[in-house]
Parts: sequence; structure tokens; C-alpha cells
Amino acid sequence: MSEHYLLHNADKPESRELAFYLANQGWSAWKKVLQQGQPAAVIEEVKKSGLRGRGGAGFPTGMKWSFVPRDSEKPKYLVCNADESEPGTFKDRYLIEHEPHMLLEGIAIASFAIDARRAYIYIRGEFAYGAHVLEQAIAEAEAGHLLGNNIQGSGYDLQVTVHRGAGAYICGEETGLLESLEGKRGWPRLKPPFPAVVGAFKSPTVVNNVETLANLPLIFNRGAEWFAAIGPNPKNTGPKLYCVSGHVNRPGLYEFPMGKNLKELIYDDCGGIRGGKKLKAVIPGGSSVPVLRADQIDVSMDYESLAAAGSMLGSAGVIVMDEETCMVNALYNLERFYAHESCGQCTPCREGTTWMAKILGRLEKGGGRPEDLPLLEDIARHINFRTICPLGDAAAMPAASFLKQFRDEFSAHAQLGRCPYRH
Amino acid sequence: MSIAFSDAGRARVTEILGHYPDKEAALLQVLHIARAEFRTITPEVMEYIAGLLEIPPLRVMDVVSFYTLYPRQEEGRHVIQVCATLSCALLGAESLVDHLENKLGIKAGETTPDKKITLRKVECLGSCGTAPVMQINETYYENLTPQKVDEILANLP
Repeated sequence: MSEHYLLHNADKPESRELAFYLANQGWSAWKKVLQQGQPAAVIEEVKKSGLRGRGGAGFPTGMKWSFVPRDSEKPKYLVCNADESEPGTFKDRYLIEHEPHMLLEGIAIASFAIDARRAYIYIRGEFAYGAHVLEQAIAEAEAGHLLGNNIQGSGYDLQVTVHRGAGAYICGEETGLLESLEGKRGWPRLKPPFPAVVGAFKSPTVVNNVETLANLPLIFNRGAEWFAAIGPNPKNTGPKLYCVSGHVNRPGLYEFPMGKNLKELIYDDCGGIRGGKKLKAVIPGGSSVPVLRADQIDVSMDYESLAAAGSMLGSAGVIVMDEETCMVNALYNLERFYAHESCGQCTPCREGTTWMAKILGRLEKGGGRPEDLPLLEDIARHINFRTICPLGDAAAMPAASFLKQFRDEFSAHAQLGRCPYRH
Repeated sequence: MSIAFSDAGRARVTEILGHYPDKEAALLQVLHIARAEFRTITPEVMEYIAGLLEIPPLRVMDVVSFYTLYPRQEEGRHVIQVCATLSCALLGAESLVDHLENKLGIKAGETTPDKKITLRKVECLGSCGTAPVMQINETYYENLTPQKVDEILANLP
């Protein structure tokens, strides 16, 4: 069993309180950063740590910060993306509810690095309890002079605001999130300009995921070298949360170094497949990434290894499906999700997701035809890379990969004119 | 027009406005207060909020119609949202919805005649590791079984 740095307080409900966090070295990284007073050095340290964004894209965090123009006269904003909505992903909710001070400390460090005086935590509307926990933690941290005005006598001010979303997957996309933060529909923006230059309220903005920010105190308490030594190689460093759901005996949240073996995770840590059944398929990184067959899962869960295996690490939301799962029905479920969550801005995504869901519905419920298979592939191909934001790609990738990996099942549905799994 | 926030609600709006560089940005947060105070976001509520934030009513409507958490129709006192996305579906979400529909005598999307319960089938609630899950108003209920659902329903005031 490996050491835990993010989940180590899972059995301690008091972990959300400031007193507990302070008694366990909490906020010490922030005090250190403030005392040293060098934003550029903070960015360098994070670059050295190798930390990559944990929201799904894996962009190097220090590099993202370095895109913020330091000489801009506009205010700068740090936005924490706590809109966790990618099917299969449930790690940020844990951190918010159990380690709010760890997150706030990370927010403070990131804000200081980019010279932001205001930070927003954009939390999905359904996480009402999480929003409450965060607001309490912010009040505690302000009372303790860890946030607020003239923090620790440094002259640095930082206000942190919890901004609740209102039910829209698209607001997890960073520019959709920024629109929503400004009180609008969550319609993603064309890039460039990138948020680092023109973000919230037309000002330079960095959007970082909850888990990314929660790793920052570790880097400054223990050093970038220590952090970089965790994980399989310099491109994949630090501790990582893995979310496992579906047909395993012990679903839940797990922490391992970056690069955990997917097969070990499923069979050793999660106790294998429920009811002694066989494994059929695994989506390793949240619903938007390509699906893997059972014979492809002996792979290190790092960005490059999963890409080589034909999928992606994404949000490390591992969805496990046993031999009795109908893959047409599973894809039907996902494409309904994307059709529901498409913001409607771009025609290929708005029409394509709905069309794919409709075709999958007839394949599953009866009335499917052999020509539906190439039609689905054609639609997916025409969505991919033809939309403002990656939601279109996120809908197209599962469709293309399910059809490629489990073609027999789709053909059987089309030929039978019904689902062979339904009796 | 007689609609207005309570004193506490108004104080909260003032507090929220201090967190943003412009009034418009507070719209989503003010709508959350409106939902808590009025329960339904009616055209009158939208107009009231438009007045508070000094934006056209159409801007409020535009936002209200985009998000799922601002009800434009009257809902029951308890809004049950059953997650039906993949991880929950793999572990029986559909049969939970069937169970709730039978038990409550309504279809997903409907409200019981006594206005006690609204049942909804929704997309991912972000609690896949404890699937299947549902949310009643602001509370999550996880690792559900039909028996557990019965107990939860029996205890709803």
C-alpha cells in the first residue's frame, strides 16, 4: 500500500476544520510562499514539480500560469474549476468536502503566483453541501488571517468567492465556465484569445481544477524534487486520485502515484468484477475518452501510456463494465448525456449528438439497420474538431471507439433488429 | 408587482454583489436565492431580478432557460433527482426510476397531485463511486437499493 497525501484524512470528519488542518502542518506552504514573496519563483517551483492539470487535459500547471501577462494593468483572476460533471469522475467532491483548507491553500498559492487578488471557486450547483463547507472554510481562513486583506502582514490581499453553477456539464469547459461566472449561459468561447490573456471579465485568468490546486501545498511543503520523484517518469508526477465505478466489487476513490496499473487497480484494489463475472470493457478517464477492451488494460495510467493504448487518462474516472453489459446500450446512455448537455451553439455538436442518440436508440430498442453503423461513424467524424469547444469531440470519441472495439455487438443489433441482451 | 426578497434575501444580494466587478455577474447566485425564497422562477420573479441587477428581463430568461436548476414550473416540496448516467445505469438506476414511478404513481418529470414530490431522471450527479445515487433537494443519497429508497420515502416529511 502506497502513502496517501490527498486521501490520508478520509476517516476523519474533522479534517475540514481549520484547527485540524493547522495542527497537521496546514497552511504552512502558503506562509512559506508569502514570506519568500517571489511569484516567479513559485511558478518555477511548480514547473519543476512536473504537475499537470488534473481536470482532464493534463496541461503543465506552471506553464499555464506563465502565460498570464505580468505587466497587465487589469486585475487578474484565479478560478478553481469545481464543476466536476464528467461521468465517472467524483474526486473533486471528496477534496471539497473533506479537505477544503488544502484546496484553499492551493488557491492562495496559485493566486499569488499570477498576482490575482480575487479567486472564484466555480462549484456545480448540485454540490450544495460542498459549497457550504467551502464557505465555512473561507470564513475560518479569513478569521485566521490566511485569506482576506493584508494576509499575515504581507500586504497581499486575496478574496475567495464561492460561485455556484446551476446544472450544466458544459460549464466544466473553461471558457463556458467563465461565461457562467459572468452571469451568462455557459456558451464556450472561441480561442484565441486564451483565458490567460482574456478570461473572466475580460481580464487575465487562470482556470485550474480542484485536484491540481490541492497538490500545491504538498509541492511547497516537501519540495518540487520530492513531488517529481513520485510517479513513473518526469512527465507524469505526483500523487493522483483514481475514481472507480461500475461493475467492480469495491468501487470508490483511490489514491496512488501517477501511473497506477489499470489492471491492478481493478483486480487487486477494487477486488475484481462483481459476481465473479468476466470483464468486458473499461473507460479509463471519464466518459469522454475512448473505451478499452478487457485485453488492453494492462497499462500504466499515465498520459502517454494510455494514449499509446488508444485512450486517455482524462479525469481518471474509470468506468468498469462486465461481460453482460450491452455496449450499444452503454453508448446510447452516453450519447443521450452528450445530446442533453450540448450547449447548442455549434451545429455539428447540437445536431450530431442528438442524431447519434436517436440512431443508437433504434439499434437498442428495435428498428436498427446495418447502414446505421457507418452512419454513426460518419456523424462522429463530422463532429470531431468542428466545434468551438471539446464537447463535440467528447461525444464523438466514445462513439468511434465503441464502434471500433465492439463492432460485432453493433452488427448483431442491426441484424437482429433488437438488442440480443434483452429477453 | 408584489414579489420581493425577504430582508435576509436582500442582505444576501447586497453581500453577493460585493464579490463581482459588475452586477450582471451575480445573476446565477441571485437566482439561487430566488429559488430558495420563491421556489418557482416565474416571469414576475425574472422581472424582479432584472430590476435588481439592472439588466433586461430577457437576459434573466436567457440564463434561466439554459440551466437545469431554475424551475419555471411549480415543483413538489421534495425534488427527487435520480442519476441515470452510465455508472449509475450499470448498477440499476433504470429499475430505481421504475420503482419510484410505481411507488409514487407518477412518471419521471411529473409531480404528485398533493405537490409533495417531483420525480426527475437527471444526468451525472458526480457520485459514481457510490452508485446508484439520487439527490432530494440538496441532499445526496448513495448506494441505493429499492428497499433503501422505500425507507427514504417513508421518512420524507
